[in-house]
Amino acid sequence: MSTTPNLPREPPKAPPTAAAKLAFGDRISAASDSRRKWGRRWRSLPAPVRWLAGVLGIAFLYYLPVLKPPVITTTGTDFPSILAGSVIIFVIVALGLNVVVGMAGLLDLGYVGFYAVGAYTVGVLSSQHGNLPWLICMPIAIVVSMLAGALLGAPTLRLRGDYLAIVTLGFGEIIRLLAQRFDWLGATPGINNIPPPPNIDIGPIHVHFGVLDNKSFYWLGLTIAIIVYYFLKRLENSRVGRAWTAIREDEDAAELMGVPTFRFKMWAFAIGAAVGGLAGTLYATKTAFILPDNFLLKVSILFLAAVVLGGPGNMPGVVVGAVVVSYLPERFRFLNTSRYFWFGVMLVAMMIFRPQGLWPRRQHGRAEQPLSDPPPFEDVREGDPDLEGGAHGPAVA
Amino acid sequence: MGGRSDAPAPHLHKVAVPTTYALVPGGDSLSFHSLVTQFWPSTINGIVLGSIYALIALGYTLVYGVLRLINFANSEVFMLSAFGSFLAIDMLGIPDRLAGGADPYKTGWTLIGILAFMLLISLIIGAASAVVLERVAYRPLRKRNAPRLVFLISAIGASFAMSEAVGEWGAKKRQDYALARVFKKQRLFTIFGADVRNDYIVVVIGSLVMMTILVLFVNRSRVGRGIRAVAQDMETARLMGVNVDLIILITFVVGGLMSGAAAFFFEIYNGSARYSLGFELGVKAFTAAVLGGIGNIKGALLGGLMLGIIENWGTSLFNSNQKMGTVTAFVVLVLVLMVRPTGLLGESMGRSRA
Repeated sequence: MSTTPNLPREPPKAPPTAAAKLAFGDRISAASDSRRKWGRRWRSLPAPVRWLAGVLGIAFLYYLPVLKPPVITTTGTDFPSILAGSVIIFVIVALGLNVVVGMAGLLDLGYVGFYAVGAYTVGVLSSQHGNLPWLICMPIAIVVSMLAGALLGAPTLRLRGDYLAIVTLGFGEIIRLLAQRFDWLGATPGINNIPPPPNIDIGPIHVHFGVLDNKSFYWLGLTIAIIVYYFLKRLENSRVGRAWTAIREDEDAAELMGVPTFRFKMWAFAIGAAVGGLAGTLYATKTAFILPDNFLLKVSILFLAAVVLGGPGNMPGVVVGAVVVSYLPERFRFLNTSRYFWFGVMLVAMMIFRPQGLWPRRQHGRAEQPLSDPPPFEDVREGDPDLEGGAHGPAVA
Repeated sequence: MGGRSDAPAPHLHKVAVPTTYALVPGGDSLSFHSLVTQFWPSTINGIVLGSIYALIALGYTLVYGVLRLINFANSEVFMLSAFGSFLAIDMLGIPDRLAGGADPYKTGWTLIGILAFMLLISLIIGAASAVVLERVAYRPLRKRNAPRLVFLISAIGASFAMSEAVGEWGAKKRQDYALARVFKKQRLFTIFGADVRNDYIVVVIGSLVMMTILVLFVNRSRVGRGIRAVAQDMETARLMGVNVDLIILITFVVGGLMSGAAAFFFEIYNGSARYSLGFELGVKAFTAAVLGGIGNIKGALLGGLMLGIIENWGTSLFNSNQKMGTVTAFVVLVLVLMVRPTGLLGESMGRSRA
């Protein structure tokens, strides 16, 4: 929606009418109200200010492992290592999984499979059966995981909802079990001696990748994450992104309106897989050794939790979700082994109190216009998202 | 471990012998010989394990039939119930070992009494944990009309919490627990050269009894009619005066009872438990439910048995490699779903018996 800054009209504070209540349930909460207000304020800033804020924000993110701010720095573990080995990888993974789950609405419980394919491709090519440098392995790994996505998608994407979930879950498990069984893939001990990316020495910039210095890995990951973010954002606003939205909201309606649903679901799967594989390559080079137990089903579930917790379909949201899911267990490492118990409790609590995610998707009037009544006032159109399309009719552009 | 590049490629040494064929260089080999010789033993084992899967699968299928959502935490209901048998043995004061290291075998009515008590405690834990689960992780979300994916994450969170709580604060933490052997397993007879043990008979017959009771309950009782009504159309059922909240709670309880029974039978058959048990068997049971057609009670039975048998055949085919058994099971699942996208018997508890 476009709110013109010279028209600072406050939305009516009246309670939603019966029609709006029927259409959106009682999920028009005070929290999302204030979030919308902030969103509006942000969008009404002049473009140069927004650009400057963005650049400063990104610069701050790059500076983070050097700065080590007092409260958020992890105690007991190396902060840059957590940022590089966990947080930033989760962010990339969540961005990729968001394409599948959030944008196209396909439930994928085996996303770790693609992550593993990426990591293992690097492992096999750079250490186990070859010694290609990481920079060459990475694109190969992306292509291989993309192919894996297409290969899994071709027979299974005709399945709906939960059937797709169990098949993808099976795929993730198959990848892990195969890696565990075949000596060619390193079997249970895994693959080690995966080389780091090449050092960068351009003028005053010296970025060296070492086991002890994880800042460089974080910077690399952050750079990749920003590129991926930009790429996916463009995709989201393109014809492909609109097709995904249509499929997510109502697949049958989309098909009837002429969207080739199968082809776009394949693309969602392939692109999601490629990003997952990319994250896997980063993981492989950061930890320098991989073993099948890094790719348990539990990891898949954490990935999915990141997306749903953040707000499926909203890219800044899933980034926040990924940071929460990967960072909190590390920050609360002093809880020791019980931290995953508390993590589980937190997931339940979060879902109860914020079922739409921490930072839910803003809905466009175009996609959310109820079929029967037009919304009584403009603000209701941004009703909180519902992955299933909600009670208000299907998406008709 | 260590550098692998200096060693000669290992797969060069693995030349296929007449009965085995290398599937992937350096990987496992297919062994049709092993499948043929192990055919009947693995089939019988598969039926036993499959009955247990089928019972757990009912916990998924019932909830799915009514609420259309994956009750992911059902696996942890099973895991907690498995500890019910340990609790029962503890409450009865039966030692793990008798003096001199002998197992505390019991016979006759004593044994039946002990087993019945174990079953009772497992059922109670199963039902109680299912109620808590519904109250804590599902009902608040239903009240808020949350999207389905949110239920899944909430269930996953509950599943994490339950499993980790046992791993963290259980007596043996994350280690294996071994059940005192009160039940002496022995061979009763053989079919085609495959042993049939007494515990197999208990598990299979017991599971069939539980499932028969369930089918009768759902099809014949008043509450069962309520469950079917809610499964068909929740809103209409509500309008017709069905207490939907109560029916949903009862559905969870019934699913919990089935998982409790499954846990008891698993302890009879296997005799061990650990905090991650739910996760390990839950995935298989869920697969079984989908294979048969999730939401379909008969489908759970069929899917459970099929999955158990296929898994064991796969294990034999790959030279008793259990992991490859799991892989085989998933591959078969994909193949079945390609032909029948809603499982073997199709979904919907309501429609299939309307």
